Amino acid sequence: MVLSKISSQSDVSVHSTFASRYVRESLPRYRMPDNSIPKEAAFQIINDELMLDGRPRLNLASFVTTWMEPECDKLIMDALNKNYVDMDEYPVTTELQNRCVNMIAHLFNAPLGESEAAVGVGTVGSSEAIMLAGLAFKRKWQNKRRALGLPCDKPNIVTGANVQVCWEKFARYFEVELKEVKLTEGYYVMDPEKAVEMVDENTICVAAILGSTLNGEFEDVKKLNDLLTEKNRVTGWDTPIHVDAASGGFIAPFLWPELEWDFRLPLVKSINVSGHKYGLVYAGVGWAIWRSKDDLPDELIFHINYLGADQPTFTLNFSKGSSQIIAQYYQLIRLGHEGYRNVMENCHQNAMFLREGLERTGRFEIVSKEIGVPLVAFSLKDNSRHDEFEIAEMLRSYGWIVPAYTMPADAQHITVLRVVIREDFSRTLAERLVLDVTKVLHELDNLPVRLHAKSTAVVEEAAAAVVVAAGEGGSGRVNGTFLKKTEIETQREITTYWKKFVANKKKNNKNTIC
Amino acid sequence: MVLSKISSQSDVSVHSTFASRYVRESLPRYRMPDNSIPKEAAFQIINDELMLDGRPRLNLASFVTTWMEPECDKLIMDALNKNYVDMDEYPVTTELQNRCVNMIAHLFNAPLGESEAAVGVGTVGSSEAIMLAGLAFKRKWQNKRRALGLPCDKPNIVTGANVQVCWEKFARYFEVELKEVKLTEGYYVMDPEKAVEMVDENTICVAAILGSTLNGEFEDVKKLNDLLTEKNRVTGWDTPIHVDAASGGFIAPFLWPELEWDFRLPLVKSINVSGHKYGLVYAGVGWAIWRSKDDLPDELIFHINYLGADQPTFTLNFSKGSSQIIAQYYQLIRLGHEGYRNVMENCHENAMFLREGLERTGRFEIVSKEIGVPLVAFSLKDNSRHDEFEIAEMLRSYGWIVPAYTMPADAQHITVLRVVIREDFSRTLAERLVLDVTKVLHELDNLPVRLHAKSTAVVEEAAAAVVVAAGEGGSGRVNGTFLKKTEIETQREITTYWKKFVANKKKNNKNTIC
Repeated sequence: MVLSKISSQSDVSVHSTFASRYVRESLPRYRMPDNSIPKEAAFQIINDELMLDGRPRLNLASFVTTWMEPECDKLIMDALNKNYVDMDEYPVTTELQNRCVNMIAHLFNAPLGESEAAVGVGTVGSSEAIMLAGLAFKRKWQNKRRALGLPCDKPNIVTGANVQVCWEKFARYFEVELKEVKLTEGYYVMDPEKAVEMVDENTICVAAILGSTLNGEFEDVKKLNDLLTEKNRVTGWDTPIHVDAASGGFIAPFLWPELEWDFRLPLVKSINVSGHKYGLVYAGVGWAIWRSKDDLPDELIFHINYLGADQPTFTLNFSKGSSQIIAQYYQLIRLGHEGYRNVMENCHQNAMFLREGLERTGRFEIVSKEIGVPLVAFSLKDNSRHDEFEIAEMLRSYGWIVPAYTMPADAQHITVLRVVIREDFSRTLAERLVLDVTKVLHELDNLPVRLHAKSTAVVEEAAAAVVVAAGEGGSGRVNGTFLKKTEIETQREITTYWKKFVANKKKNNKNTIC
Repeated sequence: MVLSKISSQSDVSVHSTFASRYVRESLPRYRMPDNSIPKEAAFQIINDELMLDGRPRLNLASFVTTWMEPECDKLIMDALNKNYVDMDEYPVTTELQNRCVNMIAHLFNAPLGESEAAVGVGTVGSSEAIMLAGLAFKRKWQNKRRALGLPCDKPNIVTGANVQVCWEKFARYFEVELKEVKLTEGYYVMDPEKAVEMVDENTICVAAILGSTLNGEFEDVKKLNDLLTEKNRVTGWDTPIHVDAASGGFIAPFLWPELEWDFRLPLVKSINVSGHKYGLVYAGVGWAIWRSKDDLPDELIFHINYLGADQPTFTLNFSKGSSQIIAQYYQLIRLGHEGYRNVMENCHENAMFLREGLERTGRFEIVSKEIGVPLVAFSLKDNSRHDEFEIAEMLRSYGWIVPAYTMPADAQHITVLRVVIREDFSRTLAERLVLDVTKVLHELDNLPVRLHAKSTAVVEEAAAAVVVAAGEGGSGRVNGTFLKKTEIETQREITTYWKKFVANKKKNNKNTIC
């Protein structure tokens, strides 16, 4: 006789994950659950929900590295439980960081003696690096003004309007006025002449960008240096330059080594670069490098005991993982100049191929430059019937994430699509993208009613939004009135709401590209 | 006839890693090499050098998590190439962050309505969280003072002298005066009465610590709240409280849920907690939670477009990995209240076991409390012959990393050893540690000459240090003179140098514990 076991008696641990009750029950979203669940179930639940995130490799919106060699993945994994800040316990990791700083400082032509150590720190990214550099400029300026008995309560910083949002953040958090040089149509980077005009005695530094986030163009740092040197000579000030080389810092030295943008220019006192962009490391590493010890006020430095030796630190964070530092060191020694040059050449070639492919469609204006960060920024020659946002949206259904955004103030009537060419964006993918863009253009041409169809499709959503907005205002009456309006009035209201919404969306988009 | 191939003709790629020339040649340490090397060689070189780092699991100096379940390791690995800041591309990751914020806010008894969203952000660690919280207090205080037409150029913050270095950093970088309540012997946390006495109209907040870094003791936040409420009533100010619960935030709610230290106290406006300490996630995640929207000035918030919806952000960093956020979510739903309670109870039990074991030796004074963060801080009853630094050093040769440090100002004659009990420090390891400490004590007792032997052993090192120091001063003459001195003079000089060096080491140590 066979005795069959009834299911409730069987041990829960033998259930396969998808046969367990954990995938059937809803998890509390905003409170910690009372009881534990098996680790396999927790893994599966989270893993499966994350399937709905975009695919990082197809994200053409971002410079940030999405692929590394498996060997490096292993090093990263092994270092997950190592705290970067425990320098006394993990001296080798600290040493690797110091080596990276020195390698990058040399790459940027820091004027170092043969056995002189470079001055710089590893950061979480360029945002932290920029805040540290800005803080150093601010403190140096304050100390100088105080020594001269002059007021030091109105510091300002001069940048182009094309800077990334972190400069605005630095300005707001550290109470420095941000003076932006406006852009003009067809000229989307900071004009050195206008910038130098804006410099006054309260300017803590002029920030130039090597690789504007909007179109990848390199700003003319050499000209800025020359003009500013002249102004400093005339006025007696010594306004310095910071170069935000977040994206271009690992490109220019390999593709255009003769281009002078770094410490070869005497007024450049500090440079930041993102290790996680063309430094070819996953998100979470940046570098701030100073020209010399004198450019980093001592009072900002905290000293940590490192194997009985003194390790100066300058950071806004404290405990963090060591993986990214180790990964950066891996890339620097694995690739060397040769490897980085080859990677950057590939990126540049693929960018040129994509550029040509898009030009061949005859429908796009290319706004990125051939010399610059390998990206292609392009806008429709004629966007009267369909605009760049529609193209971006339709490309999503093909799997591509290509952002569309408007240019900043004074050029905001220009909308561009931007495709970033990373190391892992091969020729095959570039060909495929050109093909898909062509398909999308074709679709748009053959669907003249699409605009209408789309606008009615959004009516529902927008209406819901209006209702929600009214509801949030706490006024049920607005909601009530709204329902009594004629259909045309309603449609008009919705259109207005929608336009405002899209405008906001575009506005929000502009500065937060990474 | 067999034709043998000469070795130089064989393809380099067939060589085993340790047979290749890359492990034979010295890599440039401070400059990028010109050529690439194979990835296997790069992996091996770095991996092997890292063997010389301490073992994270045996690092008893730090609260920071060194072990997670393999399922979570896998989630972390899969998310390595996901940029946390790309909220539009990775909406699920953003959602998981928001869920974590809500779970933690509820855990801290934030006064939230049923469907009200909590206010908080994920950070790289408690340092970033504290800077954000401090900045919010500063800006709120400035706005209030400006509205009243009062000066707002002399903000200060009141804390105990036992705070972690990041408070000092916040004060220095954001130009706020740090007013420290001094400690006294036998009382190593902030005295609420003294703290409230120090509060004036320029105080932006009083910062209390839940789990003092030095001995794990919880400060009496309830008493502070009561005293400050009274002072606010009398003076008409409304000085708020911040709780730095970096280490205790995930302990108190599970072990002593009735202890009132969090948003149950009306003056507590913000709390920070390290996800990478008892939140049980690897280094790189912290949380800042505000009581309500009103406690976070709007002007500090930057808005990011998140799937067409507005996602407010408040951070000093920008691009960073998503792994830690996902790992935190994993722990919260995997463990639930039940799991966290069990883990914390285990830690506490093991701490009590270790405490008893150390007390049984009869040689130690325990300075940590039974209620507090699970750590054991202890000092020698008699350190006239051998001190705590010697014990720490000798424990290293057994593989243990146990730090010794002196207490801050006004209690600096006390030296303590501190063992942090993490989740992965099991009873077996605790037993082993007691055994090894006993052995070390025995060794020290039976080697009365050891102190002498040690001092001669360091002579060489210290002499080298003096020479280097002199050399660095650029004065070869000092070096020359030094060589002509008598041996006794030399020994004296070295002893002085060494004492200063050790004193500095102790001083440096005190605040930078994590």
